[in-house]
Amino acid sequence: MAKSDVVIKAKGLQKSYGKTEVLKGIDIEVKRGTMLALLGPNGAGKTTTVRILSTLLGFDKGTVTIEGHDVKHDADAVRKVIGLTGQSAAVDELLTGRENLVMMGRLYRLTKDSAKARAQELLEEFDLVKAAERPAKTYSGGMRRRLDLAVSLIATPPVIFLDEPTTGLDPRSRIAMWEIIEGLKQKGSTILLTTQYLEEADQLADQIVVIDGGKVIAKGTAKELKAKVGKDRLELTFATDSSFKAATKVLGTLVQESDPDEKTVTVVLKDTNADVRTVLDVLAKEKLKFDAMAVHKPTLDDVFLSLTGKQVKEEA
Amino acid sequence: MAVELEFEKRPKFITAITDSLVMIRRSSTHIIRNTDQLLGTFFQPIMFLVLFSAVYSGAIETGSEESYTNYLMAGLIVQTLAFGSTTTALAVANDLQRGIVDRFRSLPMNNLAVLNGHVVSDVFRNMISAAVLIIAGFVIGFRPNADLADWGLLVGLTILLTLSFSWLSAILGIVAKSIEGVQWLSFVVVFPLTFASSAFVKPELMTSWLRGFAENQPITHIVDTYRSLLLGNPLDDSWWIATLWLVGIIVVSMPVAAWLFKRKTSV
Repeated sequence: MAKSDVVIKAKGLQKSYGKTEVLKGIDIEVKRGTMLALLGPNGAGKTTTVRILSTLLGFDKGTVTIEGHDVKHDADAVRKVIGLTGQSAAVDELLTGRENLVMMGRLYRLTKDSAKARAQELLEEFDLVKAAERPAKTYSGGMRRRLDLAVSLIATPPVIFLDEPTTGLDPRSRIAMWEIIEGLKQKGSTILLTTQYLEEADQLADQIVVIDGGKVIAKGTAKELKAKVGKDRLELTFATDSSFKAATKVLGTLVQESDPDEKTVTVVLKDTNADVRTVLDVLAKEKLKFDAMAVHKPTLDDVFLSLTGKQVKEEA
Repeated sequence: MAVELEFEKRPKFITAITDSLVMIRRSSTHIIRNTDQLLGTFFQPIMFLVLFSAVYSGAIETGSEESYTNYLMAGLIVQTLAFGSTTTALAVANDLQRGIVDRFRSLPMNNLAVLNGHVVSDVFRNMISAAVLIIAGFVIGFRPNADLADWGLLVGLTILLTLSFSWLSAILGIVAKSIEGVQWLSFVVVFPLTFASSAFVKPELMTSWLRGFAENQPITHIVDTYRSLLLGNPLDDSWWIATLWLVGIIVVSMPVAAWLFKRKTSV
């Protein structure tokens, strides 16, 4: 039988803890060799979904298959084809990076030689060679995440779950992580990633599913979602009332919003690069000087605001 | 892919064993990597030995010609082994709470290997602790009178005792809500049980109600067996009562721990 084009398939997924409904019927399909981002705020049900898809958690209703294997009835077959990187890096703190990799390789049933060779390959690929013989507890946050991800790739599983792989990382480590994830995609892995960051989903994923309160509230490509959400905005702040007024006048219909108290003018950008240049050119021509300038990207808040009409709930 | 991966193709019961071997290796590496454990393995037995023999040697009657240090040794060994076995409880609780068990569960491995690893590494650690204790004992005047067969039996008894206590302690680690709770609980179990036994003082010298308990509880039988073997005395009924207890504990606690662990980690 030819392998199905849909690798990860969840239908009508429901899960409750007691009376609390965590998932209220989630449908997800990830096609072979693509990356899907599950986007949502804290408590939306992202981690619960990933735990169910990766055989760690049971569910009440619905069906889940990974590479055609049912997660409920054929968990062992599923485990052979998946790699999971959780939110909290699950590596053995006292073992070295290399020992962690070899150990997990052996538990995936790799032969000793294969496990060792693959460990070396991953250490090189994830820039951990220098730290290879140090216990994992001495690693920085970024290194630990890289090791954690490397560990889940030890047997090169074709399906990879990444549960908030960059949460809590500094910007540089985050970008390094993005490059690694991008690389996985190029090698043909099928990936499901959860994130709270629209930017991350936008950067990496082919498809985005937005969930909130255990329900799918939107799905589509980054482009499609953004079209719903709105554009980048340019915010200019002026030092004096006169320059603020003059700027509002010359920018004319470009101005979406102006705030005399703060002396700020907001311009919606259809094409970020070109439009910023146009605005600056207009201001320069009139010799108007602004005090501060900022480009605001649509955030998860904006997605939620436009999709649900409410702000992202703060985690209690 | 640069590296061609080769997978083992073995029947399930063999991979269950190799999984356990991998996990035993992991837990045993912890013995040297974990500084707290190292202190527990080497320093704590010596500290107890020096303190007890210095504080009590003049004050406690052994009721025979034996020196108190000779009397004390069996009790200290059993207490040290009991404390050593609580490492499994800590390690299991740690694994469950730090999320590494989730990682193991997402692998196509036998999950019970996690428990096997901790229990078996307790055996290694306890052997080291006991050896350290006996060597330190020599230095301060402990003079055993065991022949080769006795030493062999002592090794066997130590393995049996550790397996038994560590499986019991695995249960504690699985049901525990917090790591601090495990530490506290193992303390309040091990201390009273070892003190209210023949480990440090002859039960005859205790108050009547305590004496009744001390004379009949398993630790006393275990300690008495150790003492007879170490000092080359003839074995009395204690040895089979102790063995029965230890085997009984293993027979009950192993499946219970396995069941609890499966229940806690299954979907």
